[in-house]
Amino acid sequence: MKISFDKLDKAFENRVRLQIMSVLAANERYDFNSLKDLLNITDGNLASHLKALEKEEYITVHKSFLGRKPNTNYEATDKGKKAFKDHLNTLEQFIKQQKSN
Amino acid sequence: MEEKELQDELASIRSLMERSSKFISLSGLSGILAGVYALIGAGIAYMLIDNASANRYIFLNGVKTHVPLMVTNAPVFTRYIIDRSLVWELAGVAGAVLLASVITAFLLSSRQAKRKGQSMWGAVSRSLLFHMVVPLVTGGILTLIFLFRGYYSVVSPACLIFYGLALVSASNFTFGEVKYLGLLEIALGLIAACLPGFGLLFWALGFGVLHIIYGSMMYFKYDK
Repeated sequence: MKISFDKLDKAFENRVRLQIMSVLAANERYDFNSLKDLLNITDGNLASHLKALEKEEYITVHKSFLGRKPNTNYEATDKGKKAFKDHLNTLEQFIKQQKSN
Repeated sequence: MEEKELQDELASIRSLMERSSKFISLSGLSGILAGVYALIGAGIAYMLIDNASANRYIFLNGVKTHVPLMVTNAPVFTRYIIDRSLVWELAGVAGAVLLASVITAFLLSSRQAKRKGQSMWGAVSRSLLFHMVVPLVTGGILTLIFLFRGYYSVVSPACLIFYGLALVSASNFTFGEVKYLGLLEIALGLIAACLPGFGLLFWALGFGVLHIIYGSMMYFKYDK
């Protein structure tokens, strides 16, 4: 059985998006600044990828205030978790397939 | 996509999931040092108790009799004197050991965090700290209340048990081994509660010996 690359989720083609989903899969919630520190990318870059994932309905945003500072938390939706899991499974199958070749 | 690329992708996902949910910058070395401080502290405490009890005599039916000084609950048939100032000296020693351990853990962790590319003050370390501080502060306040009320025999078991609970509750946010250290501390505390009079010994075992053993295991497993 040949698995085509089309099966890979387009939303995860970008590495940063996949990394964001990894973090949100392992944690219930994660805030913007911690995510930025962890992935070591700029505000704008992170924000644009978060927006894209939000558009896919893979993550939800929770905005609140800590004192006067805005605090934005992100959470993976069930749809997002499933997509992430499927993506990992596909990656795994690729590896198996390449090993058997 | 090449196989190498795929493997890298999966490895980076795994590392991110771990780094984002667990504080892996705890240093085994700080465990070893905390154990050493505790043993030094226990040694000082032993000398303080020994000195304080050396010159205590009362005249029983005209005979000069030595009265052993106990900081713990002595059996009713032993005559004992509790020296309040000694109790506070001992509390001071314990406090100094705690302070030195916390400072060491902080310094070594921040060095380790730099090396592992993990931020020292992030979502993970905050959760770790919160889950640790709640049982620890509860236990600390309870122990102080007991000290004020004169229930000296519960101090050592309470310290061990609450410290163990703090470790178990924090273990979800760091290396899994921390949980086992916590369970051992709890067990030791419960045994200490059954054997009044051996508080200092159990304190030295739990905070000294266990920390050194655990710290060395972690040092060889993760620090290298």
